[in-house]
Amino acid sequence: MGFITGIFKTSLGRKYLMAITGAGLFGFVVMHMLGNLLVFAGPSAINEYAAKLQALGPLLWVARIGLLGMVGLHIWSAIKLTSENREARTVEYEAAVEPVDAHRRDDIVAKFAARTMIFSGLIIAAFAFYHLAHYTWKVPQINGAGADFESFYVTADFTTPLEGGEEGKDHADVFKMIITGFKVPAVSVFYVVAVGLLCVHLSHGLSAMFQSLGFKNKNIGLWMDRFAVGAAVLIFLGYISIPVSVLVGFIK
Amino acid sequence: MDKLMNLKLKVWRQDNAEDLGRFEEYEAHDISPDMSFLEMLDVVNEGLIESGKEPIAFDSDCREGICGTCSMVINGTAHGGQKGTTACQLHMRHFSDGMTITIEPWRATAFPVHRDLVVDRTAFDRIQQKGGFISVRTGSVPDANAIPVPKDDSDLAMDAAQCIGCGACVAACKNASAMLFVAAKISHLSLVPQGQPERERRALAMVKQMDDEGFGNCTVTGSCEAVCPKEISLDFIARMNREYGRALIKKGTI
Amino acid sequence: MNLDAKIPSGPMAQKWDKHQFDLKLVNPANKRKYEVIVVGSGLAGASAAATLAELGYNVKCFCFQDSPRRAHSIAAQGGINAAKNYQNDGDSVHRLFYDTVKGGDYRSREANVHRLAQVSVNIIDQCAAQGVPFAREYGGLLANRSFGGAQVSRTFYARGQTGQQLLLGAYSSLCRQIGLGKVQMFPRTEMLDVVLVDGHAKGIIVRDMVSGEISRHSAHAVVLATGGYGNAFFLSTNAMGCNVTAAFRAYKHGAAFANPCYTQIHPTCIPVSGEHQSKLTLMSESLRNDGRVWVPKSRAVAEQIRQGELKAGDVAEADRDYYLERKYPSFGNLVPRDVASRNAKEACDDGRGVVGSGLGVYLDFEDAIGRLGESAVRERYGNLFDMYEKITGSNAYKNPMTIFPAVHYTMGGLWVDYNLMSNVPGLYVVGEANFSDHGANRLGASALMQGLADGYFVLPYTIGQYLAEVGPDGRPSEEGSEFASAEEKVRAQINKLLSIKGKRTPTSFHRELGQIMWDKCGMARNKAGLEAAIKKIPELRAEFWENLNVPGENGSLNQSLEQAGRVADFLEFGELMCRDALQREESCGGHFREEHQTPEGEAKRDDENFSFVGAWEYKGENQTPELHKENLVYEEVKMTQRSYK
Repeated sequence: MGFITGIFKTSLGRKYLMAITGAGLFGFVVMHMLGNLLVFAGPSAINEYAAKLQALGPLLWVARIGLLGMVGLHIWSAIKLTSENREARTVEYEAAVEPVDAHRRDDIVAKFAARTMIFSGLIIAAFAFYHLAHYTWKVPQINGAGADFESFYVTADFTTPLEGGEEGKDHADVFKMIITGFKVPAVSVFYVVAVGLLCVHLSHGLSAMFQSLGFKNKNIGLWMDRFAVGAAVLIFLGYISIPVSVLVGFIK
Repeated sequence: MDKLMNLKLKVWRQDNAEDLGRFEEYEAHDISPDMSFLEMLDVVNEGLIESGKEPIAFDSDCREGICGTCSMVINGTAHGGQKGTTACQLHMRHFSDGMTITIEPWRATAFPVHRDLVVDRTAFDRIQQKGGFISVRTGSVPDANAIPVPKDDSDLAMDAAQCIGCGACVAACKNASAMLFVAAKISHLSLVPQGQPERERRALAMVKQMDDEGFGNCTVTGSCEAVCPKEISLDFIARMNREYGRALIKKGTI
Repeated sequence: MNLDAKIPSGPMAQKWDKHQFDLKLVNPANKRKYEVIVVGSGLAGASAAATLAELGYNVKCFCFQDSPRRAHSIAAQGGINAAKNYQNDGDSVHRLFYDTVKGGDYRSREANVHRLAQVSVNIIDQCAAQGVPFAREYGGLLANRSFGGAQVSRTFYARGQTGQQLLLGAYSSLCRQIGLGKVQMFPRTEMLDVVLVDGHAKGIIVRDMVSGEISRHSAHAVVLATGGYGNAFFLSTNAMGCNVTAAFRAYKHGAAFANPCYTQIHPTCIPVSGEHQSKLTLMSESLRNDGRVWVPKSRAVAEQIRQGELKAGDVAEADRDYYLERKYPSFGNLVPRDVASRNAKEACDDGRGVVGSGLGVYLDFEDAIGRLGESAVRERYGNLFDMYEKITGSNAYKNPMTIFPAVHYTMGGLWVDYNLMSNVPGLYVVGEANFSDHGANRLGASALMQGLADGYFVLPYTIGQYLAEVGPDGRPSEEGSEFASAEEKVRAQINKLLSIKGKRTPTSFHRELGQIMWDKCGMARNKAGLEAAIKKIPELRAEFWENLNVPGENGSLNQSLEQAGRVADFLEFGELMCRDALQREESCGGHFREEHQTPEGEAKRDDENFSFVGAWEYKGENQTPELHKENLVYEEVKMTQRSYK
């Protein structure tokens, strides 16, 4: 059995794929959050950061394609694994889980996060699509603010708004987009919910990643679980701090 | 003398693999708390035979928690849910008078039902036949003390080797995954020096057979570990994942 | 009947080596032309099937369990003996041989026992190479523990699950051969008859327990590894499925049944809790290392305990009778199994039992907990205390355990010669199913040793002799008249069982038989009781064939039908046990005749008149079987009376 078929065609191989792409996406989620948090440092910081990313040129496309590939593989293995799982158990139990040691119920029933990975994952994918349309493709019809983000540009000082800027030539006013975008309560709430789901997904996914890659053992397993939950909570707080701060007027 | 109980049973009845099956309800009268769960079923079955009906078919043999034959889901829980206990060692004192108890067979595509609560677990044997062994011929072996085994490794191997192959892990898993079973075997044999020569081959072959049998995948929910009568740890699945990755790199490269 | 044991000549220590050289060999290229049937997949069956397949024979292996891994060998707890002398405490092949002959109360065949001791060392090597996780010391070498009946530490173990690990080792070898296509495995398949062609065992008739299909299988030779018959007592520590059917059907075809009365009663089992009891659970004998056995001195106190008015803790030290310590000051609570069992029975017969049924004595850890602390006791016996609590609901750290003896192992079995072949040519019998190695009493940790010795190291050699003699063409067609008539007989019996449609369930007959056996042919036997049983059992049997109720049909999984067939055989076999117990006018090992005891109540052997193997020949339905004797000659070991005072 070849290495590649071993990865793509066996249950454990696909779990590695899931875990490795998951780890990559986790890395992206962390970096993206750290970048976004520059919004608290004021317009010039985040706009300059955005401009630097844009300046990467072809490298940016390499990163984007890599990211897209990971998302694709992650979703492909998820769907494949889930359909196999459905086939493996076609009949559900009639009775609800009621062990004679009632306190052990929670150990026996799969945790909410573990049970719902495929759903949280698919909703996150849908959210990611909206998010791209919202801020990357800047589709005006969906931002709910009645504004066209395509017209938000700044001058070379990264703070002064620029009328009639030109894509690819002038710097986008990311700061203004964020403020305008999250001023819409419905959008902010949707972002908070989606990020919440992302973190539910991560709280299980990260610990399962360590398991699937075979890193867990009885000495460090518990710490890996704690890391998963801790990272998920930090990511949640980090991300929601932006729409919440905009809504309450902490950043304007 | 403890008080006797009366119980309602809701039991899965299925005449053979092709039959669609259905639940039937029975009354269990004068059940002593000192009975084991299977003895309670014996009493019900005696009553069924006496009234001209066919008894409930269920698997059991040693009735002391080691052979792994007994297999039933009691109130939605494989083996009934007492920590580290098989159905045969579960006693009626954990139930109370008037309760309704639902009894179902292991549910997994890879474990088709033979009849009532009796399922076909030969998939486990087939996985074992692909590599769950160390290839030694009788007689052609070194002295037992010629190869020292570190005590910690040997103890850990024993933790895994305790698996009784009952299939509760598969029954409890929402994906009907057999990974805890396969991991226990792969871990046991990879932890002892005698198992090293076939280490990679074994991992690749057993995992392949596991997939071919139609078991699901591990989504790390931990249900298997929670119902395992021998309390085999989920860590062994991580070890199997490690073993398999190692095998893919060492042997599986194109 | 020819009971030639075919013991090789020469000095004891060289018999086996010499014999191996003298045995005929089958040419390696010819081995694949042979077919061997192995019935049973426990330690003996699985190891034999795997080893025969390794040698190149084609093997068909049958078991009634759903997987060969579930045979009842799996339940053995304590360990396996081997004369490795790893502890440097003076053990040797000769000492293990000597201890086993003595432990068997001088009723075993010396040459077989010596061979057993000799190959015991190979077993440990074999199992370690299979990856069996034996207990080890920090240096990485194997650990040992001591066991009853020996003064050296020679028992190898894997926690309290030695039988499980050894069986899984043998099962893994078997799996390898199944994977290689050399063994064809038939799980959930029960052997219902052996087929003889020209007086040789050449095949079997089996029933597929899922579909009910009856089929014929022919072979060059048939190996029975079908375990013991302890379930004749209904309640025993055996598994629910353990049965005598295969061995008994062979007996009906002329194979001699040897020493059926030798049954071992294990002293530390959990007492019966009620009518519903389906089996008994053994608690490791090691508990007697620290537990003290007692009952109240007075019957009145015992009665109050039984009524629940008093608890063990309420009985003052002065009112307790630590009867084993009192009667056997030097061995105390560690007397051999048969002695401990009989004394418990005596105390309970005296009206001093301490459980509701009156059949139970205390095993008290209060002293040990006081001396060592609860945590030390937990470390040593924690798993046993947990198991006890699971079953009884009582915490043995706080209240003493209650224990009572239970049937555990059967030393008797089909008669075999030195080659493990029965008196029916081509029919081999290995493991607990044969009679050869344990005499009248088996030592702890010797059952596993014997099963694996037979399967790995003895049978694969000795069967070659027979196979070489019959040649590759010595396998008859399954279409022959012998197979047809055997199948017809099997079908007829199944139809008969299904057509009676009486009132009683197979279990009710089994339970009643068990009660008779336990009362009359249990721990202590006497002439009047045995004669009563020999009268009662045929009556019960007659009722069975008139009033049995087996629901359902043959064409599907039918557990009542399976059970009925087994009970039918027990109903005949139980009578044979009683006859054997009646003819043996002495007490030895597991066989205690009340008429034959010393003034102190100890077993009294009669070496002059009973130093023989009692082998029974079937003479037809409802005919008295005929007793044949194989005299036991002791060249190496001097017979002495056992004393544990």
